[in-house]
Amino acid sequence: MQLESMYQEIILDHYKNPNARGLREPYDGESFQVNPTCGDEVTLRVKVDGDNGESRVTDVSYDGQGCSISQASVSVLTELVTGRTVREACTTMEAFVELMQGRGQVEPDENVLADGVAFAGVAKYPARVKCALLGWMAFKSALVEAGQSPEANGVEVT
Amino acid sequence: MTTTTVDHEQRHVPEPLDVAALRADFPILARTVRDGCPLAYLDSGATSQRPNQVLDAERSFLTTCNAAVHRGAHQLAEEATDAYEHARATIAAFVGADVGELVFVKNATEGINLVSYAMGNAATAGDEAARFRLGPGDEVVVTEMEHHANLVPWQQVCRRTGATLRWLGVTDDGRLDLDDVPEVITERTKVVALTHQSNVLGTINPVAPVVRRAKEVGALTVLDACQSVPHGAVNVAELGVDFAVFSGHKMLGPSGIGVLYGRRELLEALPPFMTGGSMIEQVWMETSTFAPPPQRFEAGVPMTSQAVGLGAAVDYLSAIGMDRIAAHEHALTEAAVTELDAIDGVRIIGPTEVVDRGGAVSFVVDGVHPHDAGQVLDSLGLAVRVGHHCAWPLHRRMGVPATVRASFYLYNELSEVERLARGVREAQRFFGVV
Repeated sequence: MQLESMYQEIILDHYKNPNARGLREPYDGESFQVNPTCGDEVTLRVKVDGDNGESRVTDVSYDGQGCSISQASVSVLTELVTGRTVREACTTMEAFVELMQGRGQVEPDENVLADGVAFAGVAKYPARVKCALLGWMAFKSALVEAGQSPEANGVEVT
Repeated sequence: MTTTTVDHEQRHVPEPLDVAALRADFPILARTVRDGCPLAYLDSGATSQRPNQVLDAERSFLTTCNAAVHRGAHQLAEEATDAYEHARATIAAFVGADVGELVFVKNATEGINLVSYAMGNAATAGDEAARFRLGPGDEVVVTEMEHHANLVPWQQVCRRTGATLRWLGVTDDGRLDLDDVPEVITERTKVVALTHQSNVLGTINPVAPVVRRAKEVGALTVLDACQSVPHGAVNVAELGVDFAVFSGHKMLGPSGIGVLYGRRELLEALPPFMTGGSMIEQVWMETSTFAPPPQRFEAGVPMTSQAVGLGAAVDYLSAIGMDRIAAHEHALTEAAVTELDAIDGVRIIGPTEVVDRGGAVSFVVDGVHPHDAGQVLDSLGLAVRVGHHCAWPLHRRMGVPATVRASFYLYNELSEVERLARGVREAQRFFGVV
């Protein structure tokens, strides 16, 4: 059934038991993102230590409300980027965005995306892609606000 | 000569629709979706489907007499103009307006923008437009249940002119709070803009007391009739509103065509919104004078096959009878409200008493976000709308971020309501909340 291809167990698990939920201090950058077509919201904070090029994401916290896809996606995000260098985190973000915009034609790399591969099925539903990307858009904006744009860390963003 | 005895005690019961037969006019309803599920189209509140009669009318216009209307003297131009104006007359009669009181616009959104921008333009127009002027101290009144199309244009004209926006509230059960009327609509009110039927709650608003109060204080009234004109008999003259708008695509017609109704006396005094060709009387290098309405408000070559298509849609609806359509939708709405209300964990956002209530049924399912519920319904072939339905402040008022909305039309069947209820139970099962 198609429904199961979108709602992988991993997604439902993250939706019901999200990681790192609740906003924390201190932080260096914060972003609020809303999907104007449905009203889903994410506020995400990022703490970064170290200089550009060597900087590391030391904490990500968030709050939000919305569908299982948007809320599970931001929960997976925290697992994928916390503790990584900004460069690694941005590379992962690029891989995730590429997967989501691939209309189901992109083969995800589990080594890069870990639980993020569960969203491959969502990419076949164009109306839901924005849901999956909401948290990642917040992450990217929060990094920029923290003075840590992907470009400054050597990652080309499409 | 025969005489008929009318029993006034007996309520007139319209003859039921032959839904199976009329569904054959809508080829799209026969398709399947998502791996072979028969389509249950429950999203007519967003846009309706079009019968062959409408498609044929557009095609026939385009294959026989397509030309730019109200310009040119060749035979095609003449026939095209006749077809366009015939459509205007058909639609005007359908809503109880005179033909000169009906302006073709792109959609209801454009109609409301036309009125609000024209009011903004009144500041620099002649004395005849004085009654439309807005400025500091003036107030514009809307309601908390408006679609963004009948809210944002008024916010904007208030920003441009210094007028103040006020609104009538909504009760917990989704009705307009009439207790607010005397306090909110006052001598300072210049315009009252309200929806006839909420696209979310289904509530049919009592227009009469609002119009009465507006007249008392000398305010203009603007009715968003997008969700009412397609679904029941609406007579704008009897309602006594000054302006009304509706969209063709929500009433079996093409997209890209809508209607602004304005009382003749008002349209004659209202300054233009968009300017250019067709809407002028005389043009010099320095200045221009404008054509009388409705042409004054139809700048540029207008939508023509779309207007003809909408005329055909009105003919189609009229031939069936709006009272029969309303009765059919009432039965569907009653069934939907009853079936959904009976499911544990489902809450209907809007009146559960099916009185003065149209066929938009919005609801939330505990523990299942509307997006996710909609996805399950979609996987079963049920096309519903999810989100805030362009009425974000209303959703905030009702304490929900989003809803699932099923909206019905003449071609929907009771079996589709049953499928909807089964689908909602399936969503609860899938997400493990039951």
